[in-house]
Amino acid sequence: MGQTPQEWVVLNDVVHKAETFRNLQGENIHDKIVSNIYAEAESLVSDVVELTNIKKDWDHRIDDIVTSRIFGYPLMLVLLGVVFWLTITGANYPSALLADLLFGLEERFTRLFQILGAPAWLHGLVVLGTYRSLAWVVSVMLPPMAIFFPIFTLLEDLGYLPRVAFNLDRAFKRVGAHGKQALTMSIGFGCNAAGVLAARIIDSPRERLIAILTNNFVPCNGRFPTLILISTIFIGAGVASTYGNMAASAMVIGLVLVGISVTLLVSRVLSRTLLRGEPSLFSLELPPYRKPQVGRVIVRSFLDRTIFVLGRAVVIAAPAGTITWILANVYIGDLSIVAHAAGWLEPFGQALGLDGIIVLAFLLGLPANEIVIPIMLMSYLAAGAMLELNSLSAMRELLVSQGWTWVTALNVMLFSLLHFPCGTTLLTIRKETGSFKWTVLSAVITTAIAIVVCFLIAQGARIFDLV
Amino acid sequence: MGLTYQRSAKRVLRANFVNSPASDYIVALAGNPNTGKSTVFNALTGLKQHTGNWPGKTVIQAYGNYRYKGKMITLVDLPGTYSLFTNSPEEEVARDFICFGEPDVTIVVVDATCLERNLNFVLQVMEITPKTIMCLNLIDEARRRNIHIDYKKLQDKLGVPVIPTAARNGEGLNQLKDTVNRLASGLICPNPRQLRYEDSIEKTIEELAAELIPTLQDRINKRWIALRLIEGDYSVIASIKKYLGSSTFKEEFEYGTDTPRMGCFK
Repeated sequence: MGQTPQEWVVLNDVVHKAETFRNLQGENIHDKIVSNIYAEAESLVSDVVELTNIKKDWDHRIDDIVTSRIFGYPLMLVLLGVVFWLTITGANYPSALLADLLFGLEERFTRLFQILGAPAWLHGLVVLGTYRSLAWVVSVMLPPMAIFFPIFTLLEDLGYLPRVAFNLDRAFKRVGAHGKQALTMSIGFGCNAAGVLAARIIDSPRERLIAILTNNFVPCNGRFPTLILISTIFIGAGVASTYGNMAASAMVIGLVLVGISVTLLVSRVLSRTLLRGEPSLFSLELPPYRKPQVGRVIVRSFLDRTIFVLGRAVVIAAPAGTITWILANVYIGDLSIVAHAAGWLEPFGQALGLDGIIVLAFLLGLPANEIVIPIMLMSYLAAGAMLELNSLSAMRELLVSQGWTWVTALNVMLFSLLHFPCGTTLLTIRKETGSFKWTVLSAVITTAIAIVVCFLIAQGARIFDLV
Repeated sequence: MGLTYQRSAKRVLRANFVNSPASDYIVALAGNPNTGKSTVFNALTGLKQHTGNWPGKTVIQAYGNYRYKGKMITLVDLPGTYSLFTNSPEEEVARDFICFGEPDVTIVVVDATCLERNLNFVLQVMEITPKTIMCLNLIDEARRRNIHIDYKKLQDKLGVPVIPTAARNGEGLNQLKDTVNRLASGLICPNPRQLRYEDSIEKTIEELAAELIPTLQDRINKRWIALRLIEGDYSVIASIKKYLGSSTFKEEFEYGTDTPRMGCFK
């Protein structure tokens, strides 16, 4: 016969009494109950457990340092710094080698086209458009990725990443987000689309949305090469050569820190405005440290990540290179389409300390961030003198000849860090949130922040006459 | 009247969770994550396992059967959680099954190498049900690390059976099965240690528990429900209404619980 309404009334009455009692108590009863349980467990354990030769496990001792309030963050920074330094230093040589090889091949292709008597537009389209952007993507991106990913995977395999999440948990809770967001953010360093997908581990819809909307503020694989490249040629080259790589690493770390700060800031704003609420609790168990299987890690991270990301970049870069070449070489009146578009975007770009071509490159780079730099370079090359771009210094010369200053370099990096998510990520956000509104908002929030930050820096530099 | 719907509530839950009418005893397996709970589950049930979703929750659950001394026992693997305070769907599922599913026995698998943290959970389970067995797992690992646990003393202090096991190599599992049968059949009567709170709280618990009697009668632990209400966890009310509520009862009563629902319409 079940519960009659009268029994519900009784139940409601009991609930009401409990509430009255709780309000009278003033203190948090839940906390009292929990601490009572903990005290009981503690006294029981001290009664029945005996430790002989207490040797604290080495992994606990490591955890004490790695996750300590004092050493936790500095250690994270140092490790990150070492990883970037190894990547930048290690990538220089193979990068130059690959560039020599691939651009040497380009000359041969050119000669082949000449021998065959191919028309100039075909040579331009295939060699200068498609092949050159492919060569760029491969020689610029492959070496850093081939170094960065295995090291990152090694840290992951070792069990360090859960400790990072543990350290960051406090910060995320303080801004009203979920501690697990530290994990989804870490995954975002690999790929933002994967980070958005990983937000499924967060149960509360509110905190999950925050994690999804802010994931883009950490640089992914597609953007790391851009950041590393520009820091190397602009920041690294500005310092005495011995410290060049260190300065460049420091720059990239600085950008990562900016990304994390913006993540926290936006999370805080969101959890105070659109997505208001209390952070929910969760437990994170630190898994034991394991000896990484070095050989397997290197092979897997190379095959699974490096080749995968490169493959994606190549698939997008080839048609993008072709299209960009067409846009840069088809003339309407006495200006190419790129020049028209760039000219139209120029005032906006200038206001942000960028230029029209850079803004255009970011817009055309929507499918994948990897191709922003190749598009930019190709547009510059088509507009300016033909340069052999087989060295970093040649690239620097090209950029400087196009009016780049340190402000341009800095703002390109910041804009890359903060601007709208790539097409894949946007599609993933659409799929995960099931909402067009949130997808649009994710692009609007990020781009608005990118614009404001770049604008402030550009105008600040202008006012204080720093350029 | 009360007894009828109470029993029905239990059947509703069990029929939802476990489609195993032939079993003599239903045993819940609870514990923190990473305590070897799954190892215990696999060691006891072998390959006779089934998985499904908890009703209305995206929490995956598994159950399996084993036979011991002529009895068929169904073991329900609850999600691994650190507490029963319903911070997550997993905790709610585990809590609801232990409280409203009224298993004949609840085994709490405990990592002997970090006893204190695990004991917090055991104490919470013991607040809900006296029919608790503490399975002190990974005892081999504890020995290796020079952690000596006086489990006889622990058993006396807790007032529920404490069985040391090393499920990885089968150590102690027979004793565990034996204890399950004896506890389920009433041969052992546990006398669990009750946590005492400060006087004002205790007094209110008593008052509220007394008022809950007409609604809950003698089956659900009223002291525990009262405690949850005092701390402001109203999800138990939702659970009471869900599992003891009239609509669920009627539906199950008319269509039967032990037979599959499809094709049972009269």
